[in-house]
Amino acid sequence: MPMTIALPAEATPPKHKLDLSWPILILFAAVLCVLIILPMSWLLYYSLVDRTGAFTLANFKTLVTDPVFIDPLITTLILAVSSSIICCLAAAPMGWLVARTDMPLRRTVRALVTASFVTPPFLGAIAWELLAAPNSGLLNKTFRAVTGAPQDEHLFNIYSLGGLIFVISCYTFPYVFVLVANALDRIPGDLEDASAILGGRTWTTARRVTVPLAMPALVAGALVAFLQAMTLFGSPAILAIPAGFHTMTTKIWSLFNYPPKPELAAAASIPLLILTVLLLRAEHFILGRRGYSVVGGKQGNPRLVKLEGLKWAALAFVFIVLMCPVFLPYGALLNATFSHVATSFVWFDNFTLHNIYFVFFELSATKLAVKNTFLLGAASATIGTVMALVIAYLTSRRAIAGYRALGFLATAPVAIPGIVLGVGLFLSYARPPLVLYGTLWILLIAFITIALPAAYQQLQSAFRSVHTDIEDASRILGATRLRTLWRITAPLLRTSVIATWCFIFVGVIRELSAAIMLFTSETKVISVLIFDLNESGDLGAISVLGLIMLAITFAVVIAVNRIPGFGETRLRNA
Amino acid sequence: MRKLRFSRRALLKASAAMAAGTFAARANAAEAITPALVEAARKEGKVAFYTAMDLPVAEKFGKAFEAKFPGISVRVERSGSERVFQRVGQEMTSGIHAVDVVNSADAAHFIVWKRNDWLAPYLPEEVARLYPAQYYDPDGFSVTTRVWLSSLGYNTNRVKPEDAPKSFADLLDPKWMGKMVKGHPAYSGTIMTATFQIVRELGWPYLEKLAKQKVMQVQSSTDPPKKLALGERGVMADGNDYNLIQLKEAGQPVEVIYPAEGTPLVTGPTGVFKSAPNPNAARLFHNWLHSLEAQQLLVDFARQHSVHPQVQEKPGVRKLSDIKLWKDDPAGVEKASEEIKARYAQIFKV
Repeated sequence: MPMTIALPAEATPPKHKLDLSWPILILFAAVLCVLIILPMSWLLYYSLVDRTGAFTLANFKTLVTDPVFIDPLITTLILAVSSSIICCLAAAPMGWLVARTDMPLRRTVRALVTASFVTPPFLGAIAWELLAAPNSGLLNKTFRAVTGAPQDEHLFNIYSLGGLIFVISCYTFPYVFVLVANALDRIPGDLEDASAILGGRTWTTARRVTVPLAMPALVAGALVAFLQAMTLFGSPAILAIPAGFHTMTTKIWSLFNYPPKPELAAAASIPLLILTVLLLRAEHFILGRRGYSVVGGKQGNPRLVKLEGLKWAALAFVFIVLMCPVFLPYGALLNATFSHVATSFVWFDNFTLHNIYFVFFELSATKLAVKNTFLLGAASATIGTVMALVIAYLTSRRAIAGYRALGFLATAPVAIPGIVLGVGLFLSYARPPLVLYGTLWILLIAFITIALPAAYQQLQSAFRSVHTDIEDASRILGATRLRTLWRITAPLLRTSVIATWCFIFVGVIRELSAAIMLFTSETKVISVLIFDLNESGDLGAISVLGLIMLAITFAVVIAVNRIPGFGETRLRNA
Repeated sequence: MRKLRFSRRALLKASAAMAAGTFAARANAAEAITPALVEAARKEGKVAFYTAMDLPVAEKFGKAFEAKFPGISVRVERSGSERVFQRVGQEMTSGIHAVDVVNSADAAHFIVWKRNDWLAPYLPEEVARLYPAQYYDPDGFSVTTRVWLSSLGYNTNRVKPEDAPKSFADLLDPKWMGKMVKGHPAYSGTIMTATFQIVRELGWPYLEKLAKQKVMQVQSSTDPPKKLALGERGVMADGNDYNLIQLKEAGQPVEVIYPAEGTPLVTGPTGVFKSAPNPNAARLFHNWLHSLEAQQLLVDFARQHSVHPQVQEKPGVRKLSDIKLWKDDPAGVEKASEEIKARYAQIFKV
């Protein structure tokens, strides 16, 4: 930036190229207002009024005095902190092993982390019910068969706070892994080489160079994990209710049972909102002090640490971690698909195709739900990526006044539990002038809004690692901001953009909490269908639908990976 | 939301008035399945059936209807009755007319829907001719489609028959601590109806004591029988008897218990919505659902009870006359449901 200022004004090319940054800012700010401010205003309004519409603080008073609300709040905090810590403990070493060591099968590990990321958490929760329900769970059955333990003894009880933390961590750790591994990928080997040349041994280099460079990503990852765990709805709804407790999200959801209490739900969502805003400020503070631009005009390849004899131990650690989100649950779902009784091991005498037949030929909701899901996934991913890209550019380059507000708006939805956003949108768009409830549009708006923060953060951190020197050079040479973006920045960000598209697509497929509020019988998606089936305990049908869901997701991830010219092997952790 | 609702209702009334032009003239006369009705239904080609009955049962009815009337597809919207009620309310007050026919496990819902003027009067000819008068609304707003019980039950692998509980009171024995599963009245109409009767007969103290037994809490009344079959829990503190009977007949290790104090009786009525997007297919489906053919399917496949007097009973289900039954009371449930949900949430923490 200082260089631009230093140049004499005459040096600027005389051609008056149209710079679209202001119209774009206004357009995007307006869109974000419609997506976020409108529903949130309704929520705020509801939190501050009583049934007659008069102003009151009674809702908040209920919130802080009634144990019915205090207990879930405490539970949620324990849940979010524990999950975040577990995610970091598992993901940070894995990210380092995959990005910076010569551990074998690194690409396979990345693919498997992708698999855990695309697995919907509620599906994982149901699969873990099949595995670790205290009496019927496959793992507990195996334990009893092997040890001869009596009928009521069990190794795991998934219907507990510990079980819930475990399952949430299983499907949240990829967020941390992706951030850490990508950051480590981008650290040039030069820096580490320099340390080595100056006499730093492997561990000194790791401690003094690599770890501090990866720190911002890890902190951001811990934060994302915390927020994910706090706002997750599906897994708690499946595991916490049988265990006899509520989290904030399931509590808010239950408040919409007839007779609905939107004012209490609105009030209950405010603490979550405040907490998230504070955490985002903290993240900004940390990253603000330790922001490194590590991609300059020149780059050395990352240097791999030789693990020698430890590499098999490292691989074993990684595969044990990956058992939890991938191998065991997928195995349980496959088993349930072909079994008469969901938690009996399939053998020749109880093998059945009935569940598959039921889902494809008897279940009348299947076709529509699959179609809706696919449509919404593709549309949300495309629109969401474009929006996130533009906003991330504007904010990371501080391209225009008001970029802070824009950045805040784009990250704000992360503070809004999907269920609450769902209600806000419902209240906003079930009335004239814009009646969208009952159409796929309202779900599209919800999915884009929900996907935006993660997409935005992902692209913003990608932008951060591309130094502005290159862009400044382009602008000095006379290119407009848009041209610079298109010719210089975009190619550098291609991988991240594709990753973001996939990220949103699978995010939509995983999404349940807003959809559960916004769907009507004609706009059902697979996640809602699975949730309904879980309510009545139809585990065989769930397994079939869950595998269909995973198949669609994997098909997309693999297809996008293979598009020629998109750097086939570059896409890593979408 | 209140204000919104009134304006919507006005709108609904206006649109309903138009729709009524077609049907109101024959409101009180019983309706047969005529070739004209079938033809009109076929033109619509589809019907949306919202229900709380167990999904395979609902889809079975759907497929049987499709086989009988080719060209009309049935889309089943299955969820717990209280959630169906919430969804219908949410859709209707937003002016979304997606529901054609509803079958609920909470008969109180029809009191509310009738009061809201959401239902269309339509009395199938077979119902008027054969059904006992207490099982249908005289104006044709609803017909009792099915009758079943919220029984107890146990897994025969986990509990010996002689040890199995015989009554609600037995469930309070410390030996069942952590070994029971039950449904939730805020999601399931069967459980709402049953909870109302349990509170009426045994009082809230019974449920307060039950809550101390660390009961596994699921939602739909169709889930406890399935959890029992998996062997996840040994005893079912409420749920429905028909899923247990189906599972038992499929060879699963489950057994029904009709408690000594009395068994909650549940009736599931069906009605056609006034604003049905497929009014003819809705009427055809409603009419067929109460015909001898469908009602026999209810008994033979769904293992429930029919009020159609010509239906043949199928052995394996205990006759209602041989069971000590508690009386159902939709009007009472309608008044008490809000309190039941609130108090239940306090006691059971979810």
